[in-house]
Amino acid sequence: MSSLLGSSAGLASVVGAIVIALGFGLYRRATDGRARRVQGELAAGPWAGRLGERATFVQFSSPICAPCRSTERVLSGIADETPGVAHLDVDVSERLDLADEFDIRRTPTVLVLDAAGLVRQRLVGPPTRAQALTALAALG
Amino acid sequence: MASNTTLIDPRGPRFGAAVTSVVLAAALLLGGTPGLILLALQAAVFALGAGLGLAAQPYGRLYRAFVRPRLAPPAELEDERPPRFAQGVGLAFALVGLAGGLVGVPAVFLVATGFALVAALLNAVFAFCLGCELYLLGRRLRHSAGAGA
Repeated sequence: MSSLLGSSAGLASVVGAIVIALGFGLYRRATDGRARRVQGELAAGPWAGRLGERATFVQFSSPICAPCRSTERVLSGIADETPGVAHLDVDVSERLDLADEFDIRRTPTVLVLDAAGLVRQRLVGPPTRAQALTALAALG
Repeated sequence: MASNTTLIDPRGPRFGAAVTSVVLAAALLLGGTPGLILLALQAAVFALGAGLGLAAQPYGRLYRAFVRPRLAPPAELEDERPPRFAQGVGLAFALVGLAGGLVGVPAVFLVATGFALVAALLNAVFAFCLGCELYLLGRRLRHSAGAGA
């Protein structure tokens, strides 16, 4: 009797877990890496004096982050081939003050700074190359 | 990235997450003592992965012995630290679930094991490491607690 009860509650738990995982996974897949326009706040940080002439990708990474490596490759690739675009990687576990200041909750999070050092775009989750290029183009 | 990083085939942890998903779902469906035994075995697997590294993790061994020889070489390698950290998060949930089952609070067993199953499914299906996101949130919590004190 009790095992019968246990198994129906167990079934509900398994079904619930599958629904949550699929819903969350599909939501993340749809929204990860998408650029959002942000208020142009002046960002003081370790990138002072290292900004690109046109734009700078500031990538926040951490040691416990599987997609940070591929994001690093995507962004440094774009920076290498695009004049005036720089890519900086910040280990947020060593700069928790910056995590607080920019409210970094996930890695990778990428801020796109314009020529003046204003934060213009924010990408949460690993961007594809196309998404990173779109964010760059949105600076005008 | 640190230079002493161990690099692994990223398909190994995903294979492991698929096996973990099956074991956790079976534990929930069986319930009772058989379910607790399965969850205890899974907790031991998590403990090996978190404590000794993915090379010692039984599902990783299965992958390297039987699956990887049939596949092409991986397109790229990944850092071992994120999946290893996630094994520790899985262990924490498994231990809470076990404790709930052992002291006779089935709801705790069902919810904690269910959360571990969500994380394993996200890894197996979407290659998302949910446990990894707890790393930064935990560091930030401790940081702000320290700053507030």
